[in-house]
Amino acid sequence: MELINVTIDNKKIEVPKGTTILNAARNNNISIPTLCYFELKDMNITNKPGSCRICVVEVAGRRNLAPACITECLPDMVINTNNIRVLNARRTVLELLLSDHPTDCLVCPKSGKCELQDLAIRFGIREVSFTGDKSTHKKDESPAIIRDMDKCVMCRRCEMMCNTFQTVGALSAINRGFEAVVAPAFEEDLSRTACTFCGQCVAVCPVGALSEVDHSSKVIRAINDPRKTVVVQTAPAVRVAIGEEFGLKPGSIATGRMAAALRRLGFDYVFDTDWAADLTIMEEGTELLGRLTKYLAGDKDVKIPLLTSCCPAWVKFFEHHFPDMKDIPSTAKSPQQMFGAIAKSYFAEKIGVKREDMIVVSVMPCLAKKYECARDEFKENGNPDVDFSITTRELAALIKQANLDFNSLPEEDFDSPLGESTGAGVIFGTTGGVIEAAVRTAYEIYTKTDCPQIDFQELRGLEGIRSATIDFNGLPINIGIAHGLSNARQLLEEIRDGKSTFHAIEIMACPGGCIDGGGQPLHHGNSDIIKARWEAIYQADKNLPIRKSHENRSVQKLYEEFLITPCGEKAHHLLHTHYFDRHTQFEVNLDKINSK
Amino acid sequence: MADYKYHILICGGTGCRASKSEQITETFKNVLAQKGLNNEVQVVVTGCFGFCEKGPIVKMLPDNTFYVEVKPEDCEEIVNEHLVKGRKVERLLYVDPENKQRVSDSKHMDFYKKQLRIALRNCGFIDPENIDEYIARDGYEALANVLEQNNPAEAIETVKKSGLRGRGGGGFPTGLKWEIASKNHADQKYMICNADEGDPGAFMDRSILEGDPHSLIEAMTIGGFCIGATKGLVYIRAEYPLAIKRLEIAIGQAKEYGLLGKNILGSGFDFDLELRYGAGAFVCGEETALIHSMEGLRGEPTFKPPFPAQEGYLKKPSNVNNVETFANIPVIFNKGWEWFASIGTEKSKGTKVFALAGQINNVGLIEVPMGITLREVVFEIGGGIKNGKKFKAVQTGGPSGGCLTEAFLDTPIDYDNLLAAGSMMGSGGMIVMDETSCMPAVARFYLDFTVEESCGKCTPCRVGNKRLCEILDKITEGKGTLEDLEILKNLSQVIKDTALCGLGQTSPNPILSTIDHFWDEYLAHVTDKKCPAGQCKAMKQYIIDTDNCIGCTACARGCPVGAITGEKKMPHTIKQELCIKCGACYAKCKFNAISIK
Repeated sequence: MELINVTIDNKKIEVPKGTTILNAARNNNISIPTLCYFELKDMNITNKPGSCRICVVEVAGRRNLAPACITECLPDMVINTNNIRVLNARRTVLELLLSDHPTDCLVCPKSGKCELQDLAIRFGIREVSFTGDKSTHKKDESPAIIRDMDKCVMCRRCEMMCNTFQTVGALSAINRGFEAVVAPAFEEDLSRTACTFCGQCVAVCPVGALSEVDHSSKVIRAINDPRKTVVVQTAPAVRVAIGEEFGLKPGSIATGRMAAALRRLGFDYVFDTDWAADLTIMEEGTELLGRLTKYLAGDKDVKIPLLTSCCPAWVKFFEHHFPDMKDIPSTAKSPQQMFGAIAKSYFAEKIGVKREDMIVVSVMPCLAKKYECARDEFKENGNPDVDFSITTRELAALIKQANLDFNSLPEEDFDSPLGESTGAGVIFGTTGGVIEAAVRTAYEIYTKTDCPQIDFQELRGLEGIRSATIDFNGLPINIGIAHGLSNARQLLEEIRDGKSTFHAIEIMACPGGCIDGGGQPLHHGNSDIIKARWEAIYQADKNLPIRKSHENRSVQKLYEEFLITPCGEKAHHLLHTHYFDRHTQFEVNLDKINSK
Repeated sequence: MADYKYHILICGGTGCRASKSEQITETFKNVLAQKGLNNEVQVVVTGCFGFCEKGPIVKMLPDNTFYVEVKPEDCEEIVNEHLVKGRKVERLLYVDPENKQRVSDSKHMDFYKKQLRIALRNCGFIDPENIDEYIARDGYEALANVLEQNNPAEAIETVKKSGLRGRGGGGFPTGLKWEIASKNHADQKYMICNADEGDPGAFMDRSILEGDPHSLIEAMTIGGFCIGATKGLVYIRAEYPLAIKRLEIAIGQAKEYGLLGKNILGSGFDFDLELRYGAGAFVCGEETALIHSMEGLRGEPTFKPPFPAQEGYLKKPSNVNNVETFANIPVIFNKGWEWFASIGTEKSKGTKVFALAGQINNVGLIEVPMGITLREVVFEIGGGIKNGKKFKAVQTGGPSGGCLTEAFLDTPIDYDNLLAAGSMMGSGGMIVMDETSCMPAVARFYLDFTVEESCGKCTPCRVGNKRLCEILDKITEGKGTLEDLEILKNLSQVIKDTALCGLGQTSPNPILSTIDHFWDEYLAHVTDKKCPAGQCKAMKQYIIDTDNCIGCTACARGCPVGAITGEKKMPHTIKQELCIKCGACYAKCKFNAISIK
């Protein structure tokens, strides 16, 4: 690695060639402020349009100030990051941004977590020198995402996530000059685009321009309705992230405290989506083995590879972009929806509550789940299997509002029966986890022998596309894994071109899977937080006594008492779904969703 | 052209076509046919003559008679008098505004006397839709020679030595640009022409494209050979339909003659040319934005490096030059770099085309050697200020340029002097202003343009220019404060210092240069609430002179807001707080009793 000498603020330093001024400074404890710049290190996600101009520095000999985030250090460069010229420029630029920004910080969903607010505090802004017109754009509320583009600072992070990382292309810069804004083409509503509601735009938005649709007040109302029995389920990735909202270090496993908090919030039954994840494995694993057996017997019509279908953003993505392949993904519903279907049938019957008197709430790391539970096919006579889906952030806010001191809550267990789960259910929360859980079960069912290993390291990791071959007692099973829809697209195109050699592929839309879903606590570009959650997921798996879905006693009992057999008739009716060709159909019916 | 005794050259540029030059051509052809003269007289539709103020223009060869403001009805008379009887049609000759003499030969007109036409050499001279006419004027000779020599490095050296600098605005040495692009190796490179002329009022590139499209094709092919590009792309604004049509015709002809396509002139060198249309965004003249637009992406600039020469169109090494730059190339090879370098100043060689406009007698397109003074341009070529008014300033460099005052009239025009004076060469807009121009209002006019044309990517340009414009609004509406002036100065400087691309970095120039040279005028607007030029409506005061007012009540009856009161036959008064400065009273008064202050 070639090293070069530069001087930053009179300090002579040596940096590798190709280092940006920003990184050179940061590595030497000089913290240059940034806004549009965004990077998830080691995850191949960067946004550096060099457009906000907050990070400008003075480079000796240059006419203009240079953006530190994209200017590379050159040999003997002399850089000044804090002289009056630089400070005045940065302050002026920040005041310009503030002059075109609403001042409703007190009621902004990002208040306290807003990077623009942080800058205003850091710069000690007391007054904005500029007055004048402010941008006005129409507010847009989709089933999952609220766009309040008057707050947009044109950092283009959302555009990068939507286009580069997800290849969805729902958001891009439109208009020009002062009217420029990131929006769907023709400033359409998001619900009339191919948006998958993955929520990654919300996850990276530095300000309050993009936020989730907040259902927490509806949940409070339901809890306080004496006629309703309110059941809650929590997704695996929530437990490894919610602690961050209460000052715990990233990667803290807060399962027990979360269960305690939910009980104190007044939910009648505190259950676990992990239980439904185990159920999903029974169905999806059986479906995989069924298809595989036919395939190995030479059936030309059977669809291989099987694609997982837990991720609603991914489902909407292939419905829009690969409708010709909509019979390839597993027909198994996602754990959220399996849970809802069983809660409102098997469990409601068990406790003698009528379907319409039961409210199922899910706590998800995800925004697309809000959209998923509102899909028509997941309703019975208009009554949805899952009534409300709230995010990790919304749950944290509910806990804070209820005066609960999260960190001093006792560790409590989930309720029975839909709260008992295995380690296989927990790892659904990260990329590779669903397929690993499936392998643990499918191996034993297929080979009728105990699996010699339980940790499949070859399926784990944070690379965008991974693959491994698992030996099913002499039968090599090729497995593909992708997270990020751009990576999914690549694997799908290979299938379409007949080049894919995989038997099963797991796909999740978000970086790292659900651990960095659009509903998780904001990471502000710190990929160490995502890695800590990732490690915590596998730790939570290890902590559990049972780690294979088919060994879940409660699930076994469900089949014995109710479903009879995986992929059987009853299971087919309650636990499987079908997909739609949305190639030219973008409309999401908001009336139906709002009428809930 | 050898078989004909006479030639009638008719301007077929956009300006003259708008004044019926196509009908003039048709009429001439009909009249000549009727008189059986069509074998003796050839009618040629040419490109722009430059003297658009006086169009449509008809030039008679061989005697060089220059008829101005010709109408279709005049054709018969020109044929009868000029061609048949050998008498000039006096009434259609140009009248010198100074001595009121009629001038028949364009060579003797002040407008043309000091011009030196290199880039515009064929405009107004040949039929742009006929490749043979271009070839007859040494066309494609340079290309043939360069291909025959088969030494790209030496050809680049020729361009370098000529001292040619980019005519699009920045003034980067063209030869050096080619050299850099030639040294970046890739399986595919692109030679790109920026024909997205966007400065308000500038139309030199359009004129070249319309009047001499083959010079562009020849130059781009030479450039492609030099840098190792086999593909050329012309990014041309869709609002130039005539230029597009002529360029397409020219490309077709060049292909037919083997001057484009595979194995050009047997050299083994392949070069193809394609057009890409721009949708009329000023920022797409910036080379990275231009390239993104061609790629089908949003037309907005990206940070350099990487420069287009490293990563350009489709991430391949690309070289972008503008039309006027290219138009100089064939001549440099034909006449030698020494000849070209002998013209101009030490660091700015050759000529520059300017679009002369504003409060000046001779409006049009001129090409002058670098180093000419503003005084020569404004008072000799331009024929001085209209209506005998006083010269106040000249704005060069388009919306990104600055205003120059009388003090700069004798400064030789070149890239560096203009920059040092707080303006720039830009693409060559030159707008002359007289004493009635209000400088804060002029700055506001240009800012309005940049606000409209900003892509909105970077904060300083997106929000900053908008704020500049709003402050100027306040000032010109008489609501400005001294603090506003301080904010204006600081914000202008910061935008210049921090904006992402050339558009933003130069957008405050009209403000900074007018603040520099006309600070008093800004102060007058802010402290005295007066517009010294009397242009800012909000600060106009209509006042009734009680000595002249006879109390006829015409003004009071004409006032739409009832701001004028007074008894019949007694002097009236205007309530200033109600007055909307519409000027109705001023128009109604027959006794000169109302004055504007």
